[in-house]
Amino acid sequence: MEIAISIITGLMILGALYAIHAKDLLSAVIACGIVGYGLVICFLLLKAPDLAIVQIVVETISLIIMVAVVLDSSREELFSKPDTQGYVSAITAVLLIVVLFYFFRIAAGSLDVFGNSTLRMAEHYIEGAAAKTGSANLVTGVVFDFRGYDTLGEATVLVTAVLGVLTILRIKGKK
Amino acid sequence: MKGMTIIVKKTVQLISGLIFLYGIYVIIHGHLTPGGGFAGGVIIAGAFILQILAAGSDFMKLTKEELGSTMYENLAIFVVVFLALSGMLFGAKVFFFNWLPKGTVGELVSAGILPLYNIFVGIEVAASILTIFLALVIFKEEMPE
Repeated sequence: MEIAISIITGLMILGALYAIHAKDLLSAVIACGIVGYGLVICFLLLKAPDLAIVQIVVETISLIIMVAVVLDSSREELFSKPDTQGYVSAITAVLLIVVLFYFFRIAAGSLDVFGNSTLRMAEHYIEGAAAKTGSANLVTGVVFDFRGYDTLGEATVLVTAVLGVLTILRIKGKK
Repeated sequence: MKGMTIIVKKTVQLISGLIFLYGIYVIIHGHLTPGGGFAGGVIIAGAFILQILAAGSDFMKLTKEELGSTMYENLAIFVVVFLALSGMLFGAKVFFFNWLPKGTVGELVSAGILPLYNIFVGIEVAASILTIFLALVIFKEEMPE
């Protein structure tokens, strides 16, 4: 399974690289889809169908919206010459990548073997969830019972995002 | 935004009802099978978005639809907060307390208050995704050329 996930992750990286360098913006959007649907297959291989359902639906809808936007506006990328600010941000990005990679190498040494996570919290969830919440689906039990505050926060984030979108886009207001 | 050909319109009329039903199934079986409020809500919003994309934006009165979806979204998040607070009225004084009887694990009516959370979060997610899409479409219509 590790080999399959490695191949899919490689394909996702190739898709992301193509999306950056594509001349046509429509093909860049489709290449972004490779990343999303590759993630869906990874979730399915790692036995997380809940996440896979959410990811596949959200990916499809966001892809549709992006394709509609590209078809409505121009399909060609507008190039601009890099100035000093661009060089500064590029150098900062490279430095950040080096620093993050170094510390990630150190942190990865102390992790468990792949697919062998033994957190104390996870064991408690798996043992007591069905009896405590009465829910056959462990994920729903965790999301709405053990970690209800998190879910309330997620729902509130959605409402706030919609309020922001309406505030920015409805310039004329409702008559 | 113009509508698509009659082939697309007819196919969407046949399919979008099934997509809507599947979203409802994912929501109300959220405590038994994979899925839940978030996934099912986005599926329901997808059924509406499919209709709007196929039929075109001049077909329906979109401003009215947006008013309705905004209202549903706000009411649903209000009900979710009220359900979370209702744990303080009954039984132990805890936020997010599961005070309804649990029933047998694996039946459709079980797990106490969790299916209610699933249903209202599903309504909220469906309404918010639809509202964002409608706001984008209406902004395109209203924009001066």
